[in-house]
Amino acid sequence: MHLSVFSPASPEAARLLWLWDACMYVCGFILAVVTLSMLYILVRYRRRGGNDAEPDQTTGNRKLEIAWTAVPLGLVGLLFGLSVVTARGVDHPIRRAPDIVVNAHQWWWEVRYPGEVVTANEIHIPVQQHTLIEIDAADVIHDFWVPQLTRKIDAVPGRKNFVWMSPEHTGVFSGACAEYCGAQHAWMRFRVVVDPPQTYQAWLGTQSATAAAPAGGDAAAGRQLFTNLTCANCHNIRGINSQRQYAPDLTHVAGRQMLAAERLENTPRNLRQWLKEPNVIKPGCYMPNLKLSGSDLTQLTAFLETLR
Amino acid sequence: MSDVPFTPGLVDSTAAPARGAWLAWISTVDHKRIGIMYLLTTMVFFCIGGIEALLIRIQLARPGNTFLSPDAYNQVFTMHGTTMVFLVVVPLLLGLANYLTPLMIGARDMALPRLNAFSYWVFLLGGILLYFSFVSGHAPSAGWFSYAPLSEKGYSTRNGLDYWALALLGIGVGTIATAINLIVTVINLRTEGLTIRRLPLFVWMVLVNSFLIIAALPALNASLVMLLVDRQLHAHFFTQMGGGSPILWQHFFWSFGHPEVYIMVLPAFGIISEVIPVFSRKPIFGYSFVAASTVAIALLSLGVWAHHMFAVGLGPAWNYAFGASSLLIAVPTGVKVFN
Repeated sequence: MHLSVFSPASPEAARLLWLWDACMYVCGFILAVVTLSMLYILVRYRRRGGNDAEPDQTTGNRKLEIAWTAVPLGLVGLLFGLSVVTARGVDHPIRRAPDIVVNAHQWWWEVRYPGEVVTANEIHIPVQQHTLIEIDAADVIHDFWVPQLTRKIDAVPGRKNFVWMSPEHTGVFSGACAEYCGAQHAWMRFRVVVDPPQTYQAWLGTQSATAAAPAGGDAAAGRQLFTNLTCANCHNIRGINSQRQYAPDLTHVAGRQMLAAERLENTPRNLRQWLKEPNVIKPGCYMPNLKLSGSDLTQLTAFLETLR
Repeated sequence: MSDVPFTPGLVDSTAAPARGAWLAWISTVDHKRIGIMYLLTTMVFFCIGGIEALLIRIQLARPGNTFLSPDAYNQVFTMHGTTMVFLVVVPLLLGLANYLTPLMIGARDMALPRLNAFSYWVFLLGGILLYFSFVSGHAPSAGWFSYAPLSEKGYSTRNGLDYWALALLGIGVGTIATAINLIVTVINLRTEGLTIRRLPLFVWMVLVNSFLIIAALPALNASLVMLLVDRQLHAHFFTQMGGGSPILWQHFFWSFGHPEVYIMVLPAFGIISEVIPVFSRKPIFGYSFVAASTVAIALLSLGVWAHHMFAVGLGPAWNYAFGASSLLIAVPTGVKVFN
């Protein structure tokens, strides 16, 4: 799993790479011709020791000028044609409602599926299907970029953009915010998990469930803390609260692979550390350091770990 | 500027030498002196910009480096970009134009010497204002392009961005004044017999470039004022709440910002078109084609700004149109290289 345009996993990404290659060959050829002719001219017509005569004072040639205007014009026309063909192959027309809505926040990704399913920083899609994703933003401009699957597309507040993804094989693909958006821009990462259709449906089923209240012990105490402390002012857990979405939905947080927009692997130990000092792990992030006591941390972690 | 030697021969009639070398330099309206002051100032800013670049590269030397905090890193790359574009490359070329243009067209000075001095000092004021933001507590950190709404008060709460906007406003006014000055000089003060078709190519570039500055810079100045009004008076030009548009900032900024690329490169092209003929001891191959290609580049450069916005989602028609115009610029640029 890496952030690279050179190993495309969808027809869209493959077309973009093809255009990149085509441009590189055309431009590489031009560079070679210009550089080699310059070198040739420099060596062939250099001022030699014995011969100090002025060079021929040749100047101007209308035919030559027209030729070296027309030939680049042709090349430019070719590149433009290729660009249009590629763009049409990547941006398919949009004639239906989106499958997934991604809302970009400083500095995480809210992912909404039809129905009640809401998750964060981890997008599950089925393999070998065209998935249409709507992209918008809650605060500043971000950019949704999964280089192995599709083009870059900006997430602009107050505006809906759309992007298609048609993964050809299963796997986990890395994504990132590609428009500078503030302090934690570099850690505004996410992942796209491409599953076989059955696995995808099973995942969607799990996600639709509301969070069950733990029977007792640390986890039940943690559930109480979640509402008593300020956690519930920003985070939602379906079954407990449903305020406006300021921070990632935690209904199934323990089922995710990573924490804090890919910053940490999702282990109980890392979760505890993140609750303890988010401002150290991601300086500038909006998750406050609540100066939780050791027992609070244990109880909250125990509770959040039940949310699978 | 203490290392500038005081050359009595350069003293102009308006400054009294008795009051000392410093005052003579500060009060000068002589185009050579102003040109030299531009060049020395840009050297200072170039060193500062270079140090900022070093800080960026140290931070990026290995993944997960903690040399700079995210916030400090964002300030450094914003200041580096702003410095290099507005305080180094453009004024460097303005300084050269200031020094050389009157000499190359046989004029005694620029047409408007006092305006010339004003341009330099307002540019220096802009540079000092920009760096004063460090002293005030927080340098701007929204990138040299300062995309709204990240650059708005809600997301950049400290006053670095206000210094950024004011500084660029000063520099912008100075740059436009110099451009007007250069145009008036080249059009009115050419020596007898120096028709427009005999102008040295560098002067051609300076002339075209000045028109380009007049076309492009006001867009930036206007949007800077709008950003300041947004930040200080709670307007909503560039925020979607209240009916503004973040995309509007991008249109304004790049309709300045892309011509700016050519504002930076055209005088450099001009220098190349002068230096190569001298050292190869023959005139430039196609004088009129090189001059015409400059005009073509300048005109095209005003119609390519949205190629910075292909990911915004403007729709295929706009993307194709701006893709085509951007590719077209390769043609006159090629003409320059071939000649």
